[in-house]
Amino acid sequence: MTASWMHRAIRVVALVGALSATVAHATLPIEEWHLPNGARVLFVENRALPMVDVSVDFPAGYGREPAGRSGVASMTLSMLRLGAGGLAESDIAARLADTGGQMSTRFDADRGGYQLRTLSSLPERDVTVDLLARVIERPAFPADVLDREKSRLLAGIREADTKPESIAERAFAKALYGNHPYGRRSSGELDTVATLGVDDLRRFYATHYRSDYAVVAIIGDLSRAEADAMAHQLTDDLPRAEAPLPPLPPVPPLAVAQERHVAHPASQSHILVGQPGMQRRDPDYFALFVGNYMLGGGGFSSRLVDEVRQKRGLAYSSYSYFVTYERQGPFQMSLQTKKNQAGEALAVVRETLRRYVEEGPSQQELDAAKQNLIGGFPLRIDSNRKIHDYLGIIGFYDLPLDYLDRFVDNVQAVTLEQVREAFHRRIQLDRMVTVVVGPEPEPLTQ
Amino acid sequence: MLVPCTRFIACGLTVAWAAAAPLFAVAAQGDTHEHTLANGMQVIVMEDHRAPTVASIVWYRSGSMDEISGRTGVAHVLEHMMFKGTARHPADTFSKTIAAAGGRDNAFTNRDYTGYFQQLEKSKLPLALSLEADRMQNLTLSADEFAKEIRVVMEERRMRTDDQPRALLYEQMMAVAYTGSSYKWPIVGWMNDLENMTVDDARDWYRTWYTPNNATLVVVGDVLPDEVFAMAEQHFGPIPARSLPQRKPQLEPPQRGMKRLTVKGPGELPYLLMGWHAPVIRDVENDWEPYALAVLVGVLDGSDAARLDRILVREKRIAINSGASFATVSRGPGMWFLDGTPAPGKTVAELESALRTEIERIARDGVEADELQRVKSQVIASQVFQRDSIFFQARQIGVLHIAGIPYTSPEVQVRRLREVTSEQVQAVVRRYLVDDNLTVAVLEPQALLQSAPAASELSQ
Repeated sequence: MTASWMHRAIRVVALVGALSATVAHATLPIEEWHLPNGARVLFVENRALPMVDVSVDFPAGYGREPAGRSGVASMTLSMLRLGAGGLAESDIAARLADTGGQMSTRFDADRGGYQLRTLSSLPERDVTVDLLARVIERPAFPADVLDREKSRLLAGIREADTKPESIAERAFAKALYGNHPYGRRSSGELDTVATLGVDDLRRFYATHYRSDYAVVAIIGDLSRAEADAMAHQLTDDLPRAEAPLPPLPPVPPLAVAQERHVAHPASQSHILVGQPGMQRRDPDYFALFVGNYMLGGGGFSSRLVDEVRQKRGLAYSSYSYFVTYERQGPFQMSLQTKKNQAGEALAVVRETLRRYVEEGPSQQELDAAKQNLIGGFPLRIDSNRKIHDYLGIIGFYDLPLDYLDRFVDNVQAVTLEQVREAFHRRIQLDRMVTVVVGPEPEPLTQ
Repeated sequence: MLVPCTRFIACGLTVAWAAAAPLFAVAAQGDTHEHTLANGMQVIVMEDHRAPTVASIVWYRSGSMDEISGRTGVAHVLEHMMFKGTARHPADTFSKTIAAAGGRDNAFTNRDYTGYFQQLEKSKLPLALSLEADRMQNLTLSADEFAKEIRVVMEERRMRTDDQPRALLYEQMMAVAYTGSSYKWPIVGWMNDLENMTVDDARDWYRTWYTPNNATLVVVGDVLPDEVFAMAEQHFGPIPARSLPQRKPQLEPPQRGMKRLTVKGPGELPYLLMGWHAPVIRDVENDWEPYALAVLVGVLDGSDAARLDRILVREKRIAINSGASFATVSRGPGMWFLDGTPAPGKTVAELESALRTEIERIARDGVEADELQRVKSQVIASQVFQRDSIFFQARQIGVLHIAGIPYTSPEVQVRRLREVTSEQVQAVVRRYLVDDNLTVAVLEPQALLQSAPAASELSQ
């Protein structure tokens, strides 16, 4: 097979007028199967370039950390490649570099995993996949290396604690989530990282890196049989868990509005406004996704950029987004503005949100949003990298295999009333979190 | 890793398109086709039929290096104003029109050039070209829009530079390291120049440089070259050429001794940045030194197995991180960088000394055969990996073309890189990485509570 499927798959939707009544279906040929060890594999064959992208993800994000062990998930993940399968970290690095391959981690509140980009030629592919298999299945967690990595990380956390953007994000997450694990800093805190030991890492690894939790996503220049063998090699040596992990605790709704100001000698104030948003598998997903495009996700087509930047010149960057996780990720609006404009900018953000939640968008705005999201769909899947990212999400969150095929239909189906109703129901204007990090405390309320 | 400043400023939205810089600037390998319109505008097309999408970039060969003192930042301000409308497409409709076609658009300003891009489903390419042709000749540049947008640009400067101590250090380092070259001022401009800029400054810039004979259109994607040439002829062909001002060489005079500077800013970790003047590629086939300097970056910082990470971070534990970088291609002069953050308990002086030790070791012993081989393997692999992104390929073609490097000669550049020997690496270290040619910049972090408000002098 050649790359022509990519062509066919997206040409169909591309040629359909953004608002035309019928939207043709196309099939992105995702193959999916489970290994006997329980691992889930998603695969797309694409022979256009002599390369392969492969990732292995586990439910091993910071949302899975035991209480008091903040930082263990991130440190476990980054330590996997620093000594494994009888190879020291320098050996792993050298063998990988000799092939020109690239290995990187993927880490957030839910997921921890590795991605590998490699030439499909031999011996390069055999060498890189062997390295990834050792890293995932046979990590050594050398104590001496852990000491060094802790020292580097602690220095980085101290530095981050002086940066207004980091201070703001941290205060925002704490206000949104309180003691829920999503409120933790992904890197861990100074006191918890300092106490991490090899045993903590081994325990976290043993609990979360299990074959039947693994999601293997592969795209590129190889056959299904080769992909199957690769997935086996990457997961067969992991033990099975047999039982699923306990569900993550629900995110409690905010009880009251919160406002926090942190003094900082920067020239600009960093302003964050938001609350817990939505889940990856959320019945309101497309209504909120399309709705957010109009509020602050669609750049110069969004109300936030129009009100904050175009009309008033208050900021270079202003936007809103929903981060989606297993549980509700943050809904966040953000901007930076010079200190004596912070009060005005915050008032504009709040008024923009209030009007949007109370009145909803106009039909004209919704039409424009659909034109962009539907007409621009081909840009979402026009490289191996982009499709590979989707494979990982579809596999991990158990989205339908035809998620991409149905994306256009799902956007098309969103109505004005659905957007208005979803924002009205999900965004509580009287219980927003507001964080301002900046030069001088200003009265935040109008 | 690279020095903490991108070499361009992405404007418009905060699109995260800071594509990971490849080790070497080598053009893509697809078939490229070139055509020059009668008015002098050049058109370069590369076919990539993997998906029905297209990346289109209009490049102007004018950037901050073409500015004059007192008007720094005007190239970038004009870039912002290019989204503020023409008679036919009034204020703010440019991006909305592209968005309604399902597209994404933005722009970037660098020292050497300014570029405007769209990513689209391929049937929408004519729309992008017609909009670009319109704003190449009919920009409104109203005083009202300028008054709002200059405030946005000042906020951008505050966000990207004034509140980023490492960016401030880089800015100061350039100002000290360069004497005659206009590379000495920041792309975004000095704040005082922005505060005193007028709409007439922007109009002058637009009239001077926005002409088809200073522009190149690069299109990569699911297109046929002849069709793109015809579209370009239709939209850009009628625009008359204007004579361009004489470009002064502004060659940097030789440095006659080491320079040192210090910058203070809020923070916890100190930071060291060292830069040596170094030659960039002018003649792809006959130059050899820039290739040797690029391979040197690969040996020191091309992977986790490279020397800086292995020796300074992992073995000696002197640095939290350390990197090397060098842009082989630019219109102006080149600079070869080392940077790093000392490990807890270590000083900047100890880190500088350790970096010097590594440089001296190479000057004395050269590099190992397996290190050279490793760098070459990475060049070959990255050549393949880059082709996954049509936008990246369009950018690479433009960067090379603007610098006067043949974008059609990737095999030459890869061959030249693969021919680099240990003796050549040794020779460029001995010739260029010497103290008389060096500028050392140190960031001295200031505990938060003791910092004076960094922006007090900026308030109105």
